[in-house]
Amino acid sequence: MPDAEPLAVGHQSSAISHWPSAICYSPSAIGQIIAIVRKDIAAEVRTKEIFTAMFVFAVLSLVIFNFAFELRVESVAAIAPGALWVAITFAGVLGLNRCFVLEKDRGCLEGLLLCPVDRNVLYLGKMLSAVIFMAAMEVVTLPLFSVFFNLPILILPLLPVVVLGTVGFAAVGTLFAAMSVNTRAREVLLPILLFPVLSPVLIGAVKASGAALAGNLADAANWLQLLATFDVIYLVIGLLVFEYVIGE
Amino acid sequence: MFAVEAIGLKKSFGPRQVLQGVDLQVRLGEFVALFGPNGAGKTTLIRILAGLIRPSAGSVLLGGYDLAKGEEPTRRHIGVMGHQTYLYDDLTAEENLTFYARMYGLHNAAGCMATLLKQMGLWARRRDPVRTYSRGMQQRLALARALLHDPPILLLDEPDTGLDQEATPLLQGALVEADGRRRAVLFTTHNLERGLELADRVAILSGGRIVYQGERAALSNEGFRQLYARFCKSAPQVPEPARGFSENNLA
Repeated sequence: MPDAEPLAVGHQSSAISHWPSAICYSPSAIGQIIAIVRKDIAAEVRTKEIFTAMFVFAVLSLVIFNFAFELRVESVAAIAPGALWVAITFAGVLGLNRCFVLEKDRGCLEGLLLCPVDRNVLYLGKMLSAVIFMAAMEVVTLPLFSVFFNLPILILPLLPVVVLGTVGFAAVGTLFAAMSVNTRAREVLLPILLFPVLSPVLIGAVKASGAALAGNLADAANWLQLLATFDVIYLVIGLLVFEYVIGE
Repeated sequence: MFAVEAIGLKKSFGPRQVLQGVDLQVRLGEFVALFGPNGAGKTTLIRILAGLIRPSAGSVLLGGYDLAKGEEPTRRHIGVMGHQTYLYDDLTAEENLTFYARMYGLHNAAGCMATLLKQMGLWARRRDPVRTYSRGMQQRLALARALLHDPPILLLDEPDTGLDQEATPLLQGALVEADGRRRAVLFTTHNLERGLELADRVAILSGGRIVYQGERAALSNEGFRQLYARFCKSAPQVPEPARGFSENNLA
């Protein structure tokens, strides 16, 4: 057996960081977040599992709502916002579940945990992936929503509501999806855990959407402020606790 | 100072105590083969050393750094190959390695990947999705993933699962870092023949304790087989192969 090589002498906590290596490292948080998102998109482009499931679910629920309610002009404003957010959130749950199941397969989540990456980077990367998948679903679903509910195709005040609602959903959803992915009943557990916590975002999104569709912009702006506040709160909580959720 | 040092490691899962005070050291440049029957605690030990789970008691020092202070500074210095491959089935070999290279922030990733893929005999299949690979090919790619960032410490949990006898040079090649330095390798296996062939030092884990450790050169293969059978109270799980044959060849 060869003699053990001397290691760097110094303060105990810094000893290992002085180990020599032939490889150059410079991991950056932004680079790592982009790598996670690119990887998720590359896998999705190949399989189309997440988008297909989300899109089909969202369209089906809009169709069912469309047939279930007799949509007169006066009832659209009351029903459409709820129908839209039911479609978006339930489709989002499907996407989140699938997104983390892919990490669980073959122990990839452990592979990520072994990398020199801050846990917050993992959280932001997975959250950003969820936002992108949901945005892709919404880009296709929103025009169909307008057609089914006889609304103008482009309702500009609705866009910030959808953006903030989606970010809030992804901020909480990523946290709970990471929590539930280690359980056997994850498909059931995720919505049970998620929806009670998500209710402020859902209520804000539905109310803001209703106000935007009714053309009441001042009311919509108030609800948007609430939505933005909850987005920030959930994002900060997610960053603070993700390390404990993803750990042992 | 040791590259890897486990001191009095204990780990319980509920009422079941898997590790009952494990003391084990690996020096830089040393290849230690850890043998043990199923359920002995080998995988749990590797996962604790890798910082994936925390011990119930005892401590782990990696290059003198206590893991209890946080695993973050040690991650770039450890390569881990576990029971699972840590590979994304829907991505190609090249995409998988590129992703991990980005996570490690490697500068010369393309060069490292090309070298490893050629070394593992996967260059021709580098653009095929991993799900189309055989078990042995996935295992080779998992080894390439563990070696990608050229870690001085390598923790291998039954890396020979699914590998044919011709893969032994791959494992031997894994001992050496890019600059020619030898790594510290802890290797668990049920394959006594391969473990003895590669190891500088051998240890037996049974019932959550290290019941034997010693220099490889001090024992003949047959002597070690008898020792293993005595400590583990059963015959070795891999029958002694006839000369010129291996378990995988026979299979």
